[in-house]
Amino acid sequence: MNALAIARQSWELLLAIAMAPILMGWIAQCRAWLQNRSAPPLLQPWHTIRKLFWKDAALGDQASPLFRATPYVLFGTMVVAAAIIPSVALDLPFVWAADAIALVGVFATARVFMALAAMDLGTAFGSLGARREMMIGFLAEPALLMVFFNAFLISGSTALPSIVGRLSAPPFVIYPSLAFAGVAFVMVVLAENARIPIDNPATHLELTMIHEAMVLEYSARHLALVEWASALKLFNYACIGFALFVPWGIAPHHASPVAMLLAEVALVLKLAAAGAVLAVVETVSAKLRIFRAPEFLATAFLLAVLGLLVHLMLGA
Amino acid sequence: MTPPPTLGAQLLNGLAAGLLLISFAMLSQRRTRRLIGLFAWQGAILCASTGLVAYTAGLRHLWFSAALTLLLKVLVLPWILLGLVRRLEAQWDTEPLINIPTTMLLGVGLVIFAFGLAQPISVLATTITRNTLGIALAVIFLAFLMMITRRKAVTQVIGFLAMENGLFFAATSATYGMPMVVELGIALDVLVGVLILGIFFFQIREQFESLDLHHLETLKED
Repeated sequence: MNALAIARQSWELLLAIAMAPILMGWIAQCRAWLQNRSAPPLLQPWHTIRKLFWKDAALGDQASPLFRATPYVLFGTMVVAAAIIPSVALDLPFVWAADAIALVGVFATARVFMALAAMDLGTAFGSLGARREMMIGFLAEPALLMVFFNAFLISGSTALPSIVGRLSAPPFVIYPSLAFAGVAFVMVVLAENARIPIDNPATHLELTMIHEAMVLEYSARHLALVEWASALKLFNYACIGFALFVPWGIAPHHASPVAMLLAEVALVLKLAAAGAVLAVVETVSAKLRIFRAPEFLATAFLLAVLGLLVHLMLGA
Repeated sequence: MTPPPTLGAQLLNGLAAGLLLISFAMLSQRRTRRLIGLFAWQGAILCASTGLVAYTAGLRHLWFSAALTLLLKVLVLPWILLGLVRRLEAQWDTEPLINIPTTMLLGVGLVIFAFGLAQPISVLATTITRNTLGIALAVIFLAFLMMITRRKAVTQVIGFLAMENGLFFAATSATYGMPMVVELGIALDVLVGVLILGIFFFQIREQFESLDLHHLETLKED
């Protein structure tokens, strides 16, 4: 590992950290347009984060060190995940550091810390949100793993960069199993990132919220980090989706700086398209009752399992 | 690593997977109107796959069955069914006999069974479509499951029609389709069947003031 590789890796990470709030802003804009509202500016999440960093943090007097540490842990795990996922190039040093199963573990770590911190102060909403989050999480995680297994079966590897390399290599082959995995993955993304059929990111209505209920006790820089981390989480999931289902445009090994630049442009275009699609999905669907969520996620899991079966049957 | 199949076979596999996906969507759908929409989509995919087989295998009579599928299963039957639903005001199905996650789980079991059943046949077959026989069988089983688990007459008829779709797909994938006369006969049967069942719906509702077939189980009114 030389200095150049580290420089490229850091640049890619900075790009991810900077673009994640913009992705949130873009989705909010698309949703506003679709719902005939006037849209907030694209950089609104950035303004919010900056504003929150200037404020003084208020902590509950019962708050433990865990509560203080959790925002940093969340942000850290999401940055690690962003480093593992090959979003721009395949030969970055961190991309090969862990495989997709470890990546699911990184997401699980963040979830456990979030839930513990939400329960830490002993407020009713916090533990309600935490319990709901864990219910969603334990159903979404196996579905996500099954989606990964589809890609593992095709590429014969658990490392994301070799999956990308295998799937994007010519000749172009249609994999029917990936159609199932794709639908399942979209469902998992919606559930994991507190988007509409499962949770409403815009609501503060007590009975329906999940993510918002967990972060109620946070303020100022802690809240900024938590929100930034959840933006990064969505960004990471989008990049996982690109790696598995639209792997074209990611720079191959030993790419020139121009190819890297092209890969970054491709990433921005893919993110714009994915954000618009997400906004459409959120606009056309209604929020599910919380007790329908297991059904939703069981469907995702079964679709991913079907993908595996179809792969074995069709041999493609 | 075996060489990838030809583009035609890949597209066909993709369409077969789409057919299976729609079967599962139908299994999990509670609203009758959406169910009819999904049925129309299933017909459209069936039409595309039949057309694809006709093109790759160079069979002229399959073009006719593709056109017949488009006319009957994508346009006429959904239109008749939508009209029936509107007039019967039967837009919501009641909760199915088995709850939906369990039904889906049973469905996956059926898919495994169908694939296991088709495996030895697929090995023997030489047609371009041999891999899709298992999927065709799975579609038939899933439609059967839908007929069993639903209470309302309209959804059971949709299940019946979906089963016919699966049989048609099985016929194209196993033997490049049936003779034209048989296909025309089946098409006419399905059309007449739906018309007659439509009349039955009205009779059932007149008698029991509901489309729930559970009322038919008792022989006499107490």
